[in-house]
Amino acid sequence: MNKPGVEICTLIIENRECGGRSDQTILEVAEEYGIFIPTLCRLSGLSNIGACRMCLVEVKGSNKLMPACVTKVQEGMEVTVNSPKLAEYRKTVLELLFSERNHICSVCVTNGHCDLQALAQKLGVNHIPMPYIHPHLMVDASHPRFLADHNRCILCTRCVRVCSEVEGAHTWDLMGRGTTVKVITDLKRPWGESESCTGCGKCVQVCPTGALSEKGQAAGEMLKRRQFLPYLSMMREVGR
Amino acid sequence: MTKAKNPKARVATVWLDGCSGCHMSLLDIDERIILLEEKIDLVYSPLVDAKDFPENVDVTLVEGSISSVEDLHKIKLIRKNTRVLIALGDCAVTGNIPSMRTVFPLSEVMDRVYDENADINKQLPTKIVPALLERVMPLHEVVDVDVFIPGCPPSADNIFLAVSELLEGRVPNLTQTTRFGA
Repeated sequence: MNKPGVEICTLIIENRECGGRSDQTILEVAEEYGIFIPTLCRLSGLSNIGACRMCLVEVKGSNKLMPACVTKVQEGMEVTVNSPKLAEYRKTVLELLFSERNHICSVCVTNGHCDLQALAQKLGVNHIPMPYIHPHLMVDASHPRFLADHNRCILCTRCVRVCSEVEGAHTWDLMGRGTTVKVITDLKRPWGESESCTGCGKCVQVCPTGALSEKGQAAGEMLKRRQFLPYLSMMREVGR
Repeated sequence: MTKAKNPKARVATVWLDGCSGCHMSLLDIDERIILLEEKIDLVYSPLVDAKDFPENVDVTLVEGSISSVEDLHKIKLIRKNTRVLIALGDCAVTGNIPSMRTVFPLSEVMDRVYDENADINKQLPTKIVPALLERVMPLHEVVDVDVFIPGCPPSADNIFLAVSELLEGRVPNLTQTTRFGA
């Protein structure tokens, strides 16, 4: 049942011999073998973009680190998932994310249900060594049902991808450069005035943090419901 | 009669810019406080009467962020006189809620509190209360911190575990049982 040009590869991930198809990524094969690689921007059902750099792995013979979510497997590859260097880089990425915006977990709507918070705990981030930037950011409460709190945004673009790839509206996108990048609705109009937004709320549910939430939630109350995504993604594939 | 070979550890707790919730959580260790009492001398704390931070302290737990010139002065003295400094809770570890004012210029914060929102006697405080810093900081931005216990507040179990481990001469590993925000 293989697609033309797709071959079966044998490779080594974390000292284990693994088999995969040449159209699969290192991350997909690792997951089939129960090998954990941390991810943050990635969400199954959306395209992979390798933005957050959490899934960086070492590939023998290359002096560059590779994002496992967008690197296809090859015959004879030797992949290292856990090393002191990778652990250090992953922690630093998380620390920089915390230092860049105002992540006040204790009063956040997703406290206890947040992908950033959970990953920080899992990877042993217990303080942020670099000074916090404390940027002055706004909360967009113009939408009747949803809130966009840029203080909590990590620019993973899950909202951009789900809106474009699954809902087909492409209301969300990015604006700016470097640390000033923000997610915007339409051409930076308030969310409530967006003409393209269908109000479906998929962006809210896939957001890993408290950046996008439903109105009326107190600290720790915003649970994200993502059950719809595998089904809609499957239907999209079928329709192609 | 049963004088211990090792003298009791000298322990201090400090309350900087926080809500005292971490101290409440410390008291939530309940009857285990008697176990601690057998091993420690509480030489300085909001819970005891000492007025000046003493010298030669083995372990100090600091709650709260560095928000005023007084906090800044205290934390430097605490560090100088302490062997193991613990950042207790999110305010000490991250700045947490007190740091939310840092996004505004201090003058705007002062005007908001003492002018716009004051009904009577509108005036900026200039005496007795310590001046606020422009920027609220976690402890480790000012001094070296030996142990971080995140949480708002950290659970009583984690506080007890951390102090118990230190009293046994071990560095506590709390990374899997504590996190920012809880």
